[in-house]
Amino acid sequence: MTETTGAASAQRVLEISGLEIRSAGRVLVQGVDLRIDAGEILCLVGESGSGKSLTASAVMGLLPGSLSVSAGSIRLAGQDLAAAGEAQMRRLRGDRVAMVFQEPMTSLNPLMRVGRQIGEVLQVHRPGLAAARVRARVLELMRDVHLPTPETLVDAFPHQLSGGQRQRVMIAMALALEPLLIIADEPTTALDVTTQAQVLKLFRELLSRHSSAVLFITHDFDVVQDIADHVAVMQSGRLVEQGPAAQVLSQPRHEYTRRLLAAVPSGRPKPQTHQPAAQALLSVRRLNLVYESRNLLGASRSTHAVADVSFDLERGETLGIVGESGSGKSTLGRCITRAHAPTSGEILFDGTDMALLSGASLRQARRRVQMVFQDPYRSLNPRRRIVSALTEGPMECGLSAAEARAKAAELLALVGLPQDSLDRYPHQFSGGQRQRICIARALAMEPDLVVADEAVSALDVSVQAQVLELFARLQRRLGFAMIFITHDLRVAAQICDRIGVMQRGRLLELGPARQIVEAPSHAYTRHLFASLPGRADDARTPSALETTP
Amino acid sequence: MKTLLRQNRLAFLGGCVLLLLVAASLAAPWIVHADPSFMQPRMRLKPPGADFLFGTDALGRDVYARVAYGSRMSLAIGALVVLVTICLGTLTGLAAGASRMLDGILMRIMDGVMAIPGILLAVALVSLVGASLASVVVAISVPEIPRVARLVRSVVLSVREEPYVEAAVGLGVPRYKVVWRHILPNCIAPLIVQASYVFAAAILLEAVLGFLGVGFSPEVPTFGNILAEARPVFQRAPWTTVAPGLLLAATVLAVNVFGDGLRDSLDPKFAGRSHD
Repeated sequence: MTETTGAASAQRVLEISGLEIRSAGRVLVQGVDLRIDAGEILCLVGESGSGKSLTASAVMGLLPGSLSVSAGSIRLAGQDLAAAGEAQMRRLRGDRVAMVFQEPMTSLNPLMRVGRQIGEVLQVHRPGLAAARVRARVLELMRDVHLPTPETLVDAFPHQLSGGQRQRVMIAMALALEPLLIIADEPTTALDVTTQAQVLKLFRELLSRHSSAVLFITHDFDVVQDIADHVAVMQSGRLVEQGPAAQVLSQPRHEYTRRLLAAVPSGRPKPQTHQPAAQALLSVRRLNLVYESRNLLGASRSTHAVADVSFDLERGETLGIVGESGSGKSTLGRCITRAHAPTSGEILFDGTDMALLSGASLRQARRRVQMVFQDPYRSLNPRRRIVSALTEGPMECGLSAAEARAKAAELLALVGLPQDSLDRYPHQFSGGQRQRICIARALAMEPDLVVADEAVSALDVSVQAQVLELFARLQRRLGFAMIFITHDLRVAAQICDRIGVMQRGRLLELGPARQIVEAPSHAYTRHLFASLPGRADDARTPSALETTP
Repeated sequence: MKTLLRQNRLAFLGGCVLLLLVAASLAAPWIVHADPSFMQPRMRLKPPGADFLFGTDALGRDVYARVAYGSRMSLAIGALVVLVTICLGTLTGLAAGASRMLDGILMRIMDGVMAIPGILLAVALVSLVGASLASVVVAISVPEIPRVARLVRSVVLSVREEPYVEAAVGLGVPRYKVVWRHILPNCIAPLIVQASYVFAAAILLEAVLGFLGVGFSPEVPTFGNILAEARPVFQRAPWTTVAPGLLLAATVLAVNVFGDGLRDSLDPKFAGRSHD
């Protein structure tokens, strides 16, 4: 943790000075200076497009074709990488510099046993090593990253492992040759909170046994707090601030760092504003969704995606549904919008059972329940202008083209986008803007209920804060009820009146946000909150996230 | 065409060659003064020269005239087969992809058609009803339809999971409109590639039919029967095969290159990359 403890940490592993990356004359990264010593973790923080991943690719010598390092030097243990040829870089990769990627699902070859994948790194860089020695080393590595029963898992295929286990395999591969530097590009972003906590702990622990330096790329300040020795903050290709983690986090000097830190969701429950109403808008009763799958021999297997879920939702209320991946929270949302037909149970919406509707009456009912999706890049048709996305629904309800267009213009103003957006295509907007358009599309139907499925998860923190603010403002003004599905407990705490916690299709616990955050009654909820990153000496959230012991 | 030139010079060149071939075939009566069926026994197997641009064949007919008129028939067959297969295949594919009920029935029929070798089916159909433009087009189209249907169905199956399709359904848009507005446009890029392949395959298949002797009779020249008649004299008079062969290859190549380029320039993600 401290700057210089012993001889090992004084050794300079990576030194980047004055790095500049250009693409066809355009400067993408400029004047980046970074230093990492052995046994140290440097967190490189920034929003999408800040150049943090490009910097990492430059170190690996893996910049995409049209990009090149135009100035500055990258020194790995004194050796200049910018001057190294392709053959030399290939020898360095894996051996001296290793990489851990974000997506553990796609960065392993699905057709190769994990043991062989770890062993491959050894065989490539140490051609003379005997097969038995390779296997012994692989087992040792797997034990090192705490994979359970390495002797069995070594012959498993990637799909048989969980996301966290796959990321451990990736880390084992990175460690295989004891590299000087490990570059980890958002290695925990795709993982659930509980798994993320374990992987972060593993990183810290491994550094006490191995002398590698780690360049850890992330956008999450809470992760930084957990893991970093040093922090470097990047904004649009420039390094705006760097220093020891404690200093940057508690006394940020640069305006941008302060803004980013302020945008991190606090996780403090919002004050109770919602007044209980007499009659529920939506009541879900004993909802079940069972998937039946048959294998080739005809033996059937059933999966309970949603099991016996019941809850009520009042007008104007926001209900958060939190849970890890596979908990059935999105499936529950899809049942309520009737994108999926439930196997059994009732979805009483304003008195009518949505579960029983079909055909034209289902089409009518669907309009009152609108959905906002996670991925702003896929939820708008790339071939159609914004105006057609916003007018499609209203025109189906009988509005004329001119009326619908006027309404679309009004909605754009409401979500804070310029009027000339109407005739543009989705690709001309940023992720945050697209999400605003999706919200406008949902609101065009004047819904009574909006189901937001991970609606802010794909956005940068500062944009995320703006979109959450927009949701809250629109809800106050228009009075729709909302079901907010998220894996991020901090976001849920901030925006929801009540929170429900789901695990394996069941609703474990449901209660006012304050109660769930401050005094969760279920052990799993307590475990979830305890796994949140950035909980140790959290200056920003004094007591809100403390769990009962 | 302008954007195509900017993005892909090879595709532009393919388009130009194709345009030239179509123009030449349409203008055949004006650029050719000889009758393609007129036989001059004294002029048999004359090499290319001033009188006969591409030489003469075994019956003393002008190869240049035969090739010019032959390209008309071959291109017409290609275009008609593309029209028929793409229309029927797309309809079948959309219906199968959008409706779970029709899916099983339609796709089993398609599987059945695919199980029969295309060339045998074509030979059987043409020998049954005799060679005419309609019968040859039908014979070549039938084996190609399942390929197009499968392609469209696979696109529909993946696109209908896209959030924007789900959003449109959520807005209360009827299913046929969702398919027409949001799903069909995604099929166009792969369909263009498939169309260029079908076009090329149709011309080749017609040539094969002609070569096997079940195609058009010799008084209607096509690339196929010109090549078929040239086969016995190939070693003594190579020009009889070289001219139609090269033109056939050029047409097929131009169509394929043009189709690839067209797909790239129609893809908004490709065109929009500079904005991101």
